[in-house]
Amino acid sequence: MLAVLPAVTGQLGGAGDSISQILSILFYVIFIVFLFYGQRIQMYVMIREVEGSLYKLKYIKDEGRRIAIETIKELGKPQTDPSARVDRYLDYFTISPQSMDPAGIVYKLDHILDVRDTRLKDEVKLMAPASDEVQVNNLENTLEAAMALNYIYKVVRHYYIQGKKTLSLYIIMQLQMILPLVMKEAEAYASALKAFAYGQPIGDGVGPLVAAKLMHGYETRKVPKDCVVAEVPLEGRTALIMKAEGPGGNVGKPGDAIKAVIEENKGKIAAVIMIDAGLKLEGEMVGEVAEGVGAAIGGPGVDQYKIEEALVDYHIPIYAVIVKEDIGDAVSPMRKEISDSVDKVIERVKSVILERTKEGDKVIIFGVGNTIGIGQ
Amino acid sequence: MSENSSSATTKISTYLTMIVLIVLALSMVALISSVNLFVGGNEVAAGYLLVIGLIAMALSLYVMVQSRKRIADMKIEAPKVMTTIECRKCGFKSVREFQRGDFVFKELDPCQKCNEKMLITAIFKEVREREKPFAF
Repeated sequence: MLAVLPAVTGQLGGAGDSISQILSILFYVIFIVFLFYGQRIQMYVMIREVEGSLYKLKYIKDEGRRIAIETIKELGKPQTDPSARVDRYLDYFTISPQSMDPAGIVYKLDHILDVRDTRLKDEVKLMAPASDEVQVNNLENTLEAAMALNYIYKVVRHYYIQGKKTLSLYIIMQLQMILPLVMKEAEAYASALKAFAYGQPIGDGVGPLVAAKLMHGYETRKVPKDCVVAEVPLEGRTALIMKAEGPGGNVGKPGDAIKAVIEENKGKIAAVIMIDAGLKLEGEMVGEVAEGVGAAIGGPGVDQYKIEEALVDYHIPIYAVIVKEDIGDAVSPMRKEISDSVDKVIERVKSVILERTKEGDKVIIFGVGNTIGIGQ
Repeated sequence: MSENSSSATTKISTYLTMIVLIVLALSMVALISSVNLFVGGNEVAAGYLLVIGLIAMALSLYVMVQSRKRIADMKIEAPKVMTTIECRKCGFKSVREFQRGDFVFKELDPCQKCNEKMLITAIFKEVREREKPFAF
């Protein structure tokens, strides 16, 4: 456009002469500036874009902290102001075990995660002494969401400042390129905060919801760790329905729970069916149900390892049914489409049982996920 | 401290507002001058001033709208979460707004119709899709 400007203004003639000269000079100045400083200008535009997102991240992070403190004050009735303790909690970190010699690393990681869980729960109990077990779990989840937001903000700020200090286009460019995904995740955690604070079921809870629907009305007993199991007759088989113990925010330890139930039954299990929320690809519908094989479970991999280990020992086949949703849906209050998919999942589970097992067999059905807001 | 900094991020900067207002005022002056020049017979200069005035006005309004949009974008909408309550005996069903303490399979007060205990069967949020549908 700048290239045609002098030509256009040149045709105006008369009064346009002086203006066309000014525009021509302006055109050359802009051309030279862009020739030498184009990359720098591009970088400043990117920095500005990152700055805008950083403002939003800061706002979200501060909101997260505020909601966490307010919820602790409301539920925990602490004697002193919990703000300082919350700030300390938000900066907690976990060091993963050394992996130079990877043998036995799963159990080392499991131990560190157990220590972390106990430590954080104790911290919540100190912050909110009046809260019951369910509220402690919900508060822990709320604080973990606030912790994630705090971490995202700090990392983005780190690269932003580093990019500005070094004026490195490549640092800023990388940050600017992944920023839409980072923002999406931060927004998901922001909506998760309120869900956790109020104890509302989240999208990730679709597995426990299916299990709860199957086991409701039957006697349940606790299995290690933080899980429950119920024996339910289903299509002529005995289904051992399992989930994390609700309604507090809890994922339990499905690896230990499945292993314990398999050992209780001396390995005489015809199949294990796992139900979980699965990340959908763009273009797929929220609440779509898909079926496959393998241990449907996320997280650091400890539980998946334990489940696979137990299944290999007894040669038990494992099937998976997942409900498609994106990361935002998984951590925010459960969408209607996901809640409505429960009956479809039950139908799929029944068809797997009918096709893959014989009458009188025992099957394990595990609803994997955070059981916040879902009883049994 | 964080509350102050948080509110600072949600306000339009006074510096920006001042610049926008000054540009807006100058664009108004340019438009009025263009009318005067047009009446005076100097159509070329009036044309230039009209274009400059309109561009300046459009730019200042755009900057104003964008900065307001940025603040609106920063607020995270809390979706309305609903609770479905059902009577397992007579099938009576009602949907109300979520209340703290609700959870799926929680037993509530007896049913108005059959006196059987009501049960929370679902808790969900309804999302209005904003995304444009794609052809694939």
